[in-house]
Amino acid sequence: MPSPIPTADDLIRNGYIRRRRAIGTMMALIMFACAALSVFVTTAIVVILVEESWMFFREVPILDFLTGTMWTPVFTDAQFGVLPLLVSTLQVAFLALLIAIPMGTVMAIYLSEYASTAVRETIKPALELLEAVPTVVYGYFALIVMTPFLQKFIPGLAGINLLVPSIILGIMILPYVVSVSEDAMRAVPNGLREGAYALGMSRWQVAFRVVLPGAMSGVTAAYILGMSRAVGETMVVAIAAGQNPNLTFDPREGAATITAYIVQMSLGDLPRGTLAYSTIFSTGLLLFVITLMFNIAGFYLRKRFREVY
Amino acid sequence: MPNTIAADRPSDTLPPPLRPEPESAPLRATIENFNFYYADGFHAIRNVSMPILDRQVTALIGPSGCGKSTLLRALNRMHDLYPGNRYEGRITLLPEGTNLIGREMDPVMVRLRIGMVFQKPNPFPKSIYENVAAGLRVRGISDRRVIDEAVEIALRRAAIWDETKDRLHKSAYELSGGQQQRLCIARALAPNPEILLLDEPTSALDPIATAKIEELIDEIGKETTVVIVTHNMQQASRISARTAFMYLGELIEFGETSQIFTNPRHPRTEHYITGRYG
Ligand SMILES: Nc1ncnc2c1ncn2[C@@H]1O[C@H](COP(=O)(O)OP(=O)(O)O)[C@@H](O)[C@H]1O
Ligand SMILES: [Mg+2]
Repeated sequence: MPSPIPTADDLIRNGYIRRRRAIGTMMALIMFACAALSVFVTTAIVVILVEESWMFFREVPILDFLTGTMWTPVFTDAQFGVLPLLVSTLQVAFLALLIAIPMGTVMAIYLSEYASTAVRETIKPALELLEAVPTVVYGYFALIVMTPFLQKFIPGLAGINLLVPSIILGIMILPYVVSVSEDAMRAVPNGLREGAYALGMSRWQVAFRVVLPGAMSGVTAAYILGMSRAVGETMVVAIAAGQNPNLTFDPREGAATITAYIVQMSLGDLPRGTLAYSTIFSTGLLLFVITLMFNIAGFYLRKRFREVY
Repeated sequence: MPNTIAADRPSDTLPPPLRPEPESAPLRATIENFNFYYADGFHAIRNVSMPILDRQVTALIGPSGCGKSTLLRALNRMHDLYPGNRYEGRITLLPEGTNLIGREMDPVMVRLRIGMVFQKPNPFPKSIYENVAAGLRVRGISDRRVIDEAVEIALRRAAIWDETKDRLHKSAYELSGGQQQRLCIARALAPNPEILLLDEPTSALDPIATAKIEELIDEIGKETTVVIVTHNMQQASRISARTAFMYLGELIEFGETSQIFTNPRHPRTEHYITGRYG
């Protein structure tokens, strides 16, 4: 009686192997195409950014752009000093991180080291739900609820200001920071925790002296991810921080960030090819360089803190 | 899981486990009628009673899964880290007579007194120096000179001072596996624990690293009470004064190491040390 299990020779004869190889080749091609497409799109975006900015920087020296303190591209006496936009962008990112880093780290430690499985399984999805809130809602929440409320406590807080959108942004990036840091903390091998407890450490000592340092690379990545999001966020700042390119270090005042400016210009009806129009690309390129720098910094930090358990 | 000794050999009718004889040597702890249940209800340690000699090495041997680690980890209350585990009986720390597994006993206080080294080296992601200093810092010591001195003493006792003295502030992960394990021994020794627990400390290491660690456990055992789990019988016979043989959660036989290995009284012990199973 022939065996119901085909031999390798049978598989070649009945074409099974050929079909299987064909599928493999096809899969590899599809995967390559997807990878190539994403590389192509990214490259194309960068090329367009640089190309369009090129025309801008032919007119405006890069040094004037980076050090000028007046940003009035549509005035008759146009000035192209990006500092007002840059300062408010970095200020917003910094203030948002000032909220998100301590809160996010503490929450991640709580979830990873203190919470029971049941609590963790409830809170994590709830946090991720926060990400589903449209950013425009956050923006109007800042403008209509938070600002009037905080004006009671903070003297001199303008109706349009940098502070409130920064706080809101901090809360917005919190789920990111918490979830990425918590993953990193939970990836710390249990053997390290047991070693720490065996030395007589209390729970919070284990968390801060062993788990957090052990998860440093992932936690740094979480901060940088949050930072990139804060720098790139548009709606909240456009709504609640205003569109006035105002060079200020006082977060109680309103001031346009790079993203708020880009959104304002893109909605306007500036004719293509004008110098004012090309500011969309030069400021976009600046934004891109900033996030790139953060990511490179993050890359080196990660390498420095890399754990080899 | 069979719950009677005879289950794996139906034809055997082996005698019951032997109770340890009274000891005349000074004791550091006694385990009395100790039972342990994991959270899932599994009865992992069954009515174990045995002494732990002061400033001697006591070895726990037995086939894989017999409960050696479970018993060892009860001594520093590691089981309290996971909810639902349950202890029964008494583990008395001498001379003062505190019950380590008593309800009123804080597990952190137990771990401040009893150090532990694990099967797999688990140095912290810190420098060599900070690893050894960790146990001192959690005891509130911050005086630089005190820590410097204690770190050096601990590294010397763990026989790794010469290899590390020029790179104390380098990452502990730059050390080899055997060196990492000796570092972990130094880390456990630095705060002068009253008992040092070692759970198969050499099972992940090569023979040369193993020999080094055995040698240093021998040294440490002259000044510190040591309890070591090992599945390596040569190791037990080389470094311990007393040996406890466990099987399926029970203590089958306890005695002087030379007696256990040359003249076991229980047939189960004899089977094990002559290599008939396990
Ligand atoms: N967390 C746990 N929950 C339930 N049973 C466990 C747990 N850990 C170990 N056991 C069981 O307890 C018994 C003893 O385990 P262990 O003490 O690790 O053995 P040994 O160290 O002697 O190899 C084994 O049967 C094992 O399956
Ligand atoms: Mg074990």
